[in-house]
Amino acid sequence: MIDRHTGNGNGNSEGVSYTGKDFSSDQDVRWCPGCGDYTILKQVQTAMPEIGVRKEDIVFISGIGCAARFPYYMDTFGMHSIHGRAPAIATGLKITRPELSVWVISGDGDSLSIGGNHFLHLLRRNVNVNFLLFNNQIYGLTKGQYSPTSPEGSVFKSTPFGSIDHPVNPLALSLGADASFVARAMDRDPRHLKEMLLRAGNHRGTSMLEIYQNCIVFNDGAFELFTDKKSRPNEAIYLEHGKPLIFGSSDEKGVRLDGHKPEVVSLEDGNYSKDDLWIHDEQDRTKAHLLSRFFDQPQDGNQNFPRPFGVLYAVNRNCYDEGVNAQVEDVVSRKGIGDLDELIRGSETWVVE
Amino acid sequence: MKATDLIRDEVTIRFAGDSGDGMQLTGSLFTNTTALEGNDLRTLPEFPAEIRAPVGTVPGVSSFQLHFGSREIMTPGDACDVLVVMNSAALKANLSMLKKGGAIIANTAGFDKKNLNLAKYGEENNPLEDGSLKEYRVLEVDITKLTKESLSDSGLSYKDIERSKNMFVLGLLYWMYNRPLESTIRFLEQKFAKKPDIAKANIKVLKDGYHYGETTELFGETYRVKSADIGKGEYRNVTGNEATVLGLVAATRQANLPLFYGSYPITPASDILHELSALKNFGVYTFQAEDEIAAVSSAIGAAFGGSLGVTSSSGPGIALKGEAIGLAVMLELPLVILNVQRAGPSTGMPTKTEQADLLQAMYGRNGESPAAIVAPSTPADCFDAAFEACRIALQHMVPVYFLSDGYLGNGSEPWQFPKQDDLRKIEISFEPARNGEESEPFMPYKRDNNFVRSWAIPGTAGIEHRVGGLEKQENTGDVSYDPDNHQKMTDMRQAKVDKIAEFIPDQTIDSGKETGDVLVLGWGSTYGSIRTAVRELIDEGMDVSHAHIKYLNPFPKNLGELISGFNTVIVPEINSGQLVRLIRDRFMVPAKGVNKVKGRPFFVDELKEEIREIISSMESEQL
Repeated sequence: MIDRHTGNGNGNSEGVSYTGKDFSSDQDVRWCPGCGDYTILKQVQTAMPEIGVRKEDIVFISGIGCAARFPYYMDTFGMHSIHGRAPAIATGLKITRPELSVWVISGDGDSLSIGGNHFLHLLRRNVNVNFLLFNNQIYGLTKGQYSPTSPEGSVFKSTPFGSIDHPVNPLALSLGADASFVARAMDRDPRHLKEMLLRAGNHRGTSMLEIYQNCIVFNDGAFELFTDKKSRPNEAIYLEHGKPLIFGSSDEKGVRLDGHKPEVVSLEDGNYSKDDLWIHDEQDRTKAHLLSRFFDQPQDGNQNFPRPFGVLYAVNRNCYDEGVNAQVEDVVSRKGIGDLDELIRGSETWVVE
Repeated sequence: MKATDLIRDEVTIRFAGDSGDGMQLTGSLFTNTTALEGNDLRTLPEFPAEIRAPVGTVPGVSSFQLHFGSREIMTPGDACDVLVVMNSAALKANLSMLKKGGAIIANTAGFDKKNLNLAKYGEENNPLEDGSLKEYRVLEVDITKLTKESLSDSGLSYKDIERSKNMFVLGLLYWMYNRPLESTIRFLEQKFAKKPDIAKANIKVLKDGYHYGETTELFGETYRVKSADIGKGEYRNVTGNEATVLGLVAATRQANLPLFYGSYPITPASDILHELSALKNFGVYTFQAEDEIAAVSSAIGAAFGGSLGVTSSSGPGIALKGEAIGLAVMLELPLVILNVQRAGPSTGMPTKTEQADLLQAMYGRNGESPAAIVAPSTPADCFDAAFEACRIALQHMVPVYFLSDGYLGNGSEPWQFPKQDDLRKIEISFEPARNGEESEPFMPYKRDNNFVRSWAIPGTAGIEHRVGGLEKQENTGDVSYDPDNHQKMTDMRQAKVDKIAEFIPDQTIDSGKETGDVLVLGWGSTYGSIRTAVRELIDEGMDVSHAHIKYLNPFPKNLGELISGFNTVIVPEINSGQLVRLIRDRFMVPAKGVNKVKGRPFFVDELKEEIREIISSMESEQL
């Protein structure tokens, strides 16, 4: 048997020294000018040297959509596959080549519509891959139909009277599928995005990182409330493990828990201080569920909770690919490498003379 | 009185009972014993799609037919000599399969008022009593009662006692056909190693069934079927699905690669998943995926990583995999797609056999996306065909379909199995690492003389590259929308598959002359029926030959020439005419189809009749 099962499951990092440029392929990048994908590409290329895996041990696998062009621009191994199936392809690759660092690039249509089933099963199996979900709430490549994350009432090409679909909450869905790592970032905050990419890259198990990405042509400004420097302080909250949930332009607001009921409180009116606030704990599943539900739709007009960015949840649990290989090793150690002749012969034979 | 011992050249027995009566096990055990006695044989298990259809009803009947003999046996038998029926529904469902004058061994307990009603005979119309079976020999045995008496002191529950009545039947049949009990006793001891009282009870019932035959005067005769005159050597019994598993494992061993098997359970292919999942110490990874699409996609991912990727299913599941198989065509990665075909469109008849997915394998993808196709002809041949499917996929970097079917997958035959040393090596190589000092950059879609690109796997320094479903520029593999390039790449993908013809054996004639009047051309599981029919027609003095195609895409390169040596080509298929279309299309000959879609293999007699009819109609046309 060819032995390729070396390394730590997150790629081989021995003697690696790269710069971001080393990860840039010779292909012209063809996204629309101003597309949020450019920032994400840049940050992934910048983060890669810090993750410190050899280029030949990195594989980017995508499905279909604008985001799915991503692998062409990375000077690593890559596969631009078919709509929604990248998680399944990544699973087959990772089971047989657990030492590789595998990244799945997907979009809201790719992962949450056509590939919804594979998304669910990748997360519950906790295959040790990094999953970047570029969410722009629109179908870009097919030129502007609403997507499964588009808010109700969205008016796009296929919904001239407004969408009546209830949107998916990707992080709540991920937690429901028992994802071991759930985080959110945005294209307009590259520094934080890079930090999240590094966290994802170093997590053992499926790291589900949702990235709010602006589609400048078909859905410009979908996340403006969270990304615009003026509104961001009041509409977004950055989570940090062990720190209280504070937001506002002068850190004047916080989130506290009344039992299991979260509420936004003022830190200025003298009723509450920082000590009263919810302290973020990445390993608290229940609180992660609550955070994933900070999902009020801006157009509802009753925006209560700031949208959380950062790592909502990160725990260590068994990875499917490691389990498969451990089982193979266990059987081999108990039975020894199988004897083909014995197998073909079976249990009962007879001789014709 | 000692029963008379009669010699028989061949016998067909059909065991039939309720789904819960253990007829499949009874049939399999009789088969194993018969194989160990050196008979040639073929089996045909038939069972309902429902796991437990209502007890006692016709839809709930499960049967197992075994044809064995001292001469070459190539089919499970058109009709049976002996029909064992555990209840009235089993008789109703299977009487048409019994030869006139054949024997019925009936469990009379299954013909009480309740069972007669369930079988819709009506409680007043017991076929054992109303004279309707006078053309047959009916042997009535109260198997249920005798089993209860046999185990009256066993302390077992009513349910456990009831369950072992199939062993009484088996014992009785062993006596009738002079078979030893040892192998079955050994099996029962192993199967119930943790429940010794159940093992003991089953063995006791088995022996009591045997002794019942010996002591009762009900049966005047026993039969002896001598061992068959088949080639010298060591044999085992094997089902098609078992042989498929062994072929896959052997191929990965000979290619020195891990096997990745991505699968989603479906009748009648699931057994392959079950068997492979137990072979983890043979470098086998099995992955029960979330659906058919994930199953094939995971196999593609594994192939990208340098393993032999195999996926399996049956018709409807293959339909789901279509887009991903197209991706494998475009990626030019090795992929083996097992299709254990079943009957009908959509869900069809899952437990019934058919060979109607040939055109799906040939054309069932969007765009021009050629794939190779191989088809086994017998259960044991599944080993060779699976091995060949793997070899072609690996050496030509192409998806290969393996078209087995329910009849081959579940059916069994004696197999003179090969040794590893007899198997050919499958030479493969991965693109080597680079250090940047090469004169030209790595070209992932550069081809060798056989139009095959190299297998460039992750983990290899200096050959990082991107592949995908978008059209590739020749050599570089970059995305290309160039019109001339698309034409070139489309032609190239076809040429690559066509080129496989130089790496497969020439087509041979199986029976009959090399040239002549009539060629009967078959593929897949019809082999046994066609061979038997053609040989019988030859014996009757007809000028007819048989060739059976294993490599369906590309065809062997001499096939056209071989066909041109005959005036008439007849193509029998368990479909409405698929190979016949390919033959007409490719060779411009007016080939005639013989077609049947009843969920069952051809009967030899019906095939002979159809062939005779075609020939006589051709002759009258000539006049």
